[in-house]
Amino acid sequence: MLDYRLDEEYEALRKTVREFARAEVAPVIGDFYEREEFPYELVRKMGAMGLFGLPFPEEYGGMGGDYFALCLALEELARVDSSVAITLEAGVSLGSMPIYRFGTAEQKRRWLPELCRGEALGAFGLTEPGGGSDAGALRTTARLDGDDWVLRGSKAFITNSGTDITALVTVAAVTGTTADGGKEISAIIVPSGTPGFTVAGRYSKVGWNASDTHELSFVDCRVPAENLLGARGRGYAQFLQTLDEGRVAIAAIGVGLAQGCVDECLRYVAEREAFGRKIGMYQAIQFKIADMEARAHTARLAYYHAAARMLRGESFKKEAAIAKLTSSEAAMANAREATQIFGGYGFMNEFPVGRFYRDAKILEIGEGTSEVQRMLIARELGLPRSA
Amino acid sequence: MNIVVLVKQVPDTWSERKLTDADHTLDREAADAVLDEINERAVEEALRIKEAQGGEVTVVSMGPDRATDAIRKALSMGADKAVHVSDEALHGSDAVQTARVLAKAIGTVEGYDLILAGNEATDGRAGAVPAMIAELLGLPQLTQARKVSFDGSTVTVERETEEGLTTVQASLPAVVSVTEKINEPRYPSFKGIMAAKKKPVNTVTVADLGIDAGEVGLAGALTTVLEAAPKPPRTAGERVEDDGTGGTKIAEYLVGQKLI
Ligand SMILES: Cc1cc2nc3c(=O)[nH]c(=O)nc-3n(C[C@H](O)[C@H](O)[C@H](O)COP(=O)(O)OP(=O)(O)OC[C@H]3O[C@@H](n4cnc5c(N)ncnc54)[C@H](O)[C@@H]3O)c2cc1C
Repeated sequence: MLDYRLDEEYEALRKTVREFARAEVAPVIGDFYEREEFPYELVRKMGAMGLFGLPFPEEYGGMGGDYFALCLALEELARVDSSVAITLEAGVSLGSMPIYRFGTAEQKRRWLPELCRGEALGAFGLTEPGGGSDAGALRTTARLDGDDWVLRGSKAFITNSGTDITALVTVAAVTGTTADGGKEISAIIVPSGTPGFTVAGRYSKVGWNASDTHELSFVDCRVPAENLLGARGRGYAQFLQTLDEGRVAIAAIGVGLAQGCVDECLRYVAEREAFGRKIGMYQAIQFKIADMEARAHTARLAYYHAAARMLRGESFKKEAAIAKLTSSEAAMANAREATQIFGGYGFMNEFPVGRFYRDAKILEIGEGTSEVQRMLIARELGLPRSA
Repeated sequence: MNIVVLVKQVPDTWSERKLTDADHTLDREAADAVLDEINERAVEEALRIKEAQGGEVTVVSMGPDRATDAIRKALSMGADKAVHVSDEALHGSDAVQTARVLAKAIGTVEGYDLILAGNEATDGRAGAVPAMIAELLGLPQLTQARKVSFDGSTVTVERETEEGLTTVQASLPAVVSVTEKINEPRYPSFKGIMAAKKKPVNTVTVADLGIDAGEVGLAGALTTVLEAAPKPPRTAGERVEDDGTGGTKIAEYLVGQKLI
């Protein structure tokens, strides 16, 4: 059966988050962005309305929704601002989800309720200063010493890792050698404030300026053996699954940004005049906006489709990669065109499109670059591994 | 404490609001409809009282089928059940007719202690309905509340008007209407949205309430909108150069406009 309509509770959620983004985020986010400040109060409000608990069951303080509900919320937030959207995405899909999916009953009880309320944030440390795309090449190590894991190494660009409310970082580390001589990779929960775990000052970023990103270092950092997340040696497989889902979420953010560009342009071209007419009268402008809408729409269908397969328990690797690729490119193209339509004002930070322009690029990089998405799609098509 | 909250679906203040050319009633097609923000605050206040003291919150709304969205929102915020008066015959009803219908609808709710409403709706802005309902039900009314508290069967409100702040009390049951300052309404959570789907909404017609269809609607309304025109565009204004007589000129201007 082919049905394009969403269930009414999804629509109600979309509408609620849209109202929230419009009423609470839009008026204040520009200032946070300019000051490169983390918007704690907005995050608290997002927590109060249950956004951080969306895909988790009620027994852990969640909302009993699913991953698609999270995607809809992300899309509507990103339509107004990407910094708050990525804070939610990283918090839920990278911070909480691995604990929910791979954690022991005790780990879930300990961490999830606070994370679901948005009163605490979790982070996920995979990328290292030496490389991110080749996740298997990681160099951070964790050695079992008595009842402790001892971590050594560093992580780069880790979202949500240094806020006042960050509770933990799940760190991917090499914990030994496999039978065939390869790296044994595992995931280990490192609570914030653990001695030997240092969070560097924040990066000066091109975009996502109201989100929190840090480099992390671990020097003889000890955590109890039971902080192992999931089975020892399963780390690589675990984060591949985490990232597949995360791609659908990032695609939703890209769609939000792409649609936000259309929203802003529709308003602007109805007001701005040039050569004695509203610029919306010019076909050159209309065609740009039509193309923008078409890109946002197709990218939305791509992520809906990937999410639908995910929720049905079907394989969605290829669909997730296609969604992420399509959506991040749509976001990038729409941000470029929207800025163009705004002319000089598009280059000013006080207009949202300037922010969209700066925020779009990272979508083609984070959680797998566009090249990596193409590699995944090619591999799913059965093409040989290329060099 | 059992609380009735009156809610209304209004055109979104973000969209363009128009009256129809035919009968000068609200053009409901022209704008997105939302739960009136002031009603959200009334619902929020009811939920806070319920959370503190227990009881049940019943939403009562009069409006076309589309008003179910506003009712759903109130239910997803946490209200327990709803009464929706929906009837073609109600089209064009004025404040007095509306108050009569709502008073009857409130009568179907058993054992209420408090009726909460918004001070005035953001569309019609008559601001008279809560007072009329109190009159019809023979209940005390405390309007323009910016703070509500209880002591046994007494309700106390801080009433804020342009003249200042007064503290007024009444014994329950009573009608209380709230202003923007009362609270910050919550956003419904997804859990609330899903729970709302299962909450009972009792949809009734005017006949169900024992009202004759001829008593309501445009034809029987006591007030009629004869004409409606959009606000004229803002004009450039008048410049007054101050050569020592500026104050006098401004005063003369204001007198000319009958403003002072
Ligand atoms: C703001 C921000 C937030 C982030 N948040 C997190 C986080 O929370 N957690 C986390 O773990 N990481 C995070 N990252 C890291 C991000 O996921 C990586 O930057 C990304 O995966 C790319 O890795 P890299 O930067 O090391 O680039 P590299 O892997 O060094 O890639 C450099 C270039 O080479 C290309 N390339 C690499 N391999 C191939 C190949 N085989 N074929 C063709 N081209 C190739 C890449 O596509 C890219 O263009 C974040 C990054 C940023 C900027």
